[in-house]
Order: sequence, then C-alpha cells, then structure tokens
Amino acid sequence: MSIIENINKTFDNRVRLGIMSALMVNESVDFNTLKELLNVTDGNLASHIKALEKVAYVLIQKQFIGKKTNTKYSLTKLGKAEFIKHINALEKLIRNNK
Amino acid sequence: MSEKDYLQDLSEIKNIMSRSTRFMSLSGLTGILAGIYALIGAYLGNQLLKNYQNFDYGDNTINPNGVEIKILAIAIGVAVISIITAFILTKKKAANEGQTIWNSTTKRLLFHFSIPLITGGFFSLILLNQGFYGFVAPATLIFYGLAIVSASHFTFSNVKYLGLAEIILGLIAMNYIGYGLYFWAIGFGVFHIIYGTIMYIKEKK
Repeated sequence: MSIIENINKTFDNRVRLGIMSALMVNESVDFNTLKELLNVTDGNLASHIKALEKVAYVLIQKQFIGKKTNTKYSLTKLGKAEFIKHINALEKLIRNNK
Repeated sequence: MSEKDYLQDLSEIKNIMSRSTRFMSLSGLTGILAGIYALIGAYLGNQLLKNYQNFDYGDNTINPNGVEIKILAIAIGVAVISIITAFILTKKKAANEGQTIWNSTTKRLLFHFSIPLITGGFFSLILLNQGFYGFVAPATLIFYGLAIVSASHFTFSNVKYLGLAEIILGLIAMNYIGYGLYFWAIGFGVFHIIYGTIMYIKEKK
C-alpha cells in the first residue's frame, strides 16, 4: 500500500513528467528550451509549470536580457525529493508486478 | 494507469534527461569524412617534405624555406573543411530528428570542447614560434584528445575512447619527434575513420 501512496498524482501527466525530468538534470532551463524539448504549445506548458509552481516543486526566475524577459525554471529541494520518491515508487511497482 | 504506462513514463523520463543534457545529432559520417580529409592532407604534407632536398625522417632540426608554414596551412585547411562538413551533416541529422542545431546542449558541448582545443592551439603556436617544430604534432594530438574527453560528457559518451586514444598516441609521438606527419595521419585520419565507421554502423541499426 505504501508504494501506491508514494505515486505522486501531481506527476500523473506526460508534460509535467517531462518538465521535472529536464529540470532534474539541468541547473535551470528556460521556457523556449522546455517547449522545444517537450514539443508542446506555449499555453499547455505554461499551465503545467504553474501547477508545479503552486505545489512549490518548481522555482521561477525572471530575468531581463536587454528589453526581453527571459524566464528560467529550476527545481526546489522539495520538488527534487518528491520526484525521486515518485520514480522509486514507479520502479518498485513495475518490479512487484513482474 | 497500467504497468505498461508506468514503463513508458520511465523511458520518457530517461529520454528527456538525455536529450536535455546531451547533443546527439552528431553523425558518424562526419568522422569518416574528416579522417579522409586528414589522410589527404598528410599525403600532401609528405609530398612537400619529399620535395625538400636532403630531408630525412627523424631529423627534428629542419627549418626549410617555409615548408612548415605550408604544412601548417594544410593542417588548418583540413580542420576548416572538417568543421564545415560537421556543420552541414549535423544540421541535416538534427533536422531529421526534429531538433534545432543551436540549443543549450550544443553551446555546452562547444564550450567544453573549445577550452582544451584553444589552449592547445596557442600552445602549438608558441612551440612553432620558439622553434620546437617537432613537438607540434604530439601537442595537437594530446590537446585534441583532451578536448574530446571533455566534450564527451555532453554528447555520445563513447567518444571519450577516441579522445583517450588520441592522448595516448600523442604521448607516444613525443618519443618519435620528426615523424609527426605519420602520427597525424594515424590520429586525425585512421582513428577518425575507425570511430566514425563504428558510429555510422550503430546509427543504421
């Protein structure tokens, strides 16, 4: 039962899983890179990032490069810990079902 | 969600982690072509040396009328044509994979590749300037190898074996000053063709 508890509903979506994966292995990633990597629309990506920010998994940093805004995203400590827990739970679930 | 979905999730996670950190649009064909250019360059260099009277392999004191400048020009020519080839083939492969050529992974790759390479370039120019002609070939091989090992963290990780091979070859070449052209032909020619062929076969699978 504890395995099921560790499956995080917040990550029950491919786009969110993608955002978390990219941020796990990079210090920070900007909006356009994420968009290209995950092959999603602006609106779709923005809404999923917002959801991850709401639960304090993702940190948003806005910067100005000249007149253009450049938004970078990174994971919080909580976000990293929750994602690792989620992946471990997935792994266990698959192993137990074998 | 079924078990199959979770498995797909995990493979997708792995895929994105790799794609967001490593630049995978390099083609094995680039290595093969670069190797061929290097062999042609080495042949031309060898012809130049043959034409120079009294030249003897193993003699590290040569400073004939600008022959080393001509060989340097050939080497630079080979490097430039190789870079152009790499650019064209990489762009094509990236387009096939639906990726752009200029993204954060490319920038990281080039940054880590160019630090040892530019250092080696200046080092070689200083060697030339100081008259240590014989050390230029080993130095370029060693620094090129270091550049590849450094870049291997940001692309196919097995390219590090090519880098290690170049470093070892460069160290061996240090003991055979005066045969630089042969070592260049092996390092930039034969090694590139071997690695490029292995990669090319892997790509086709």
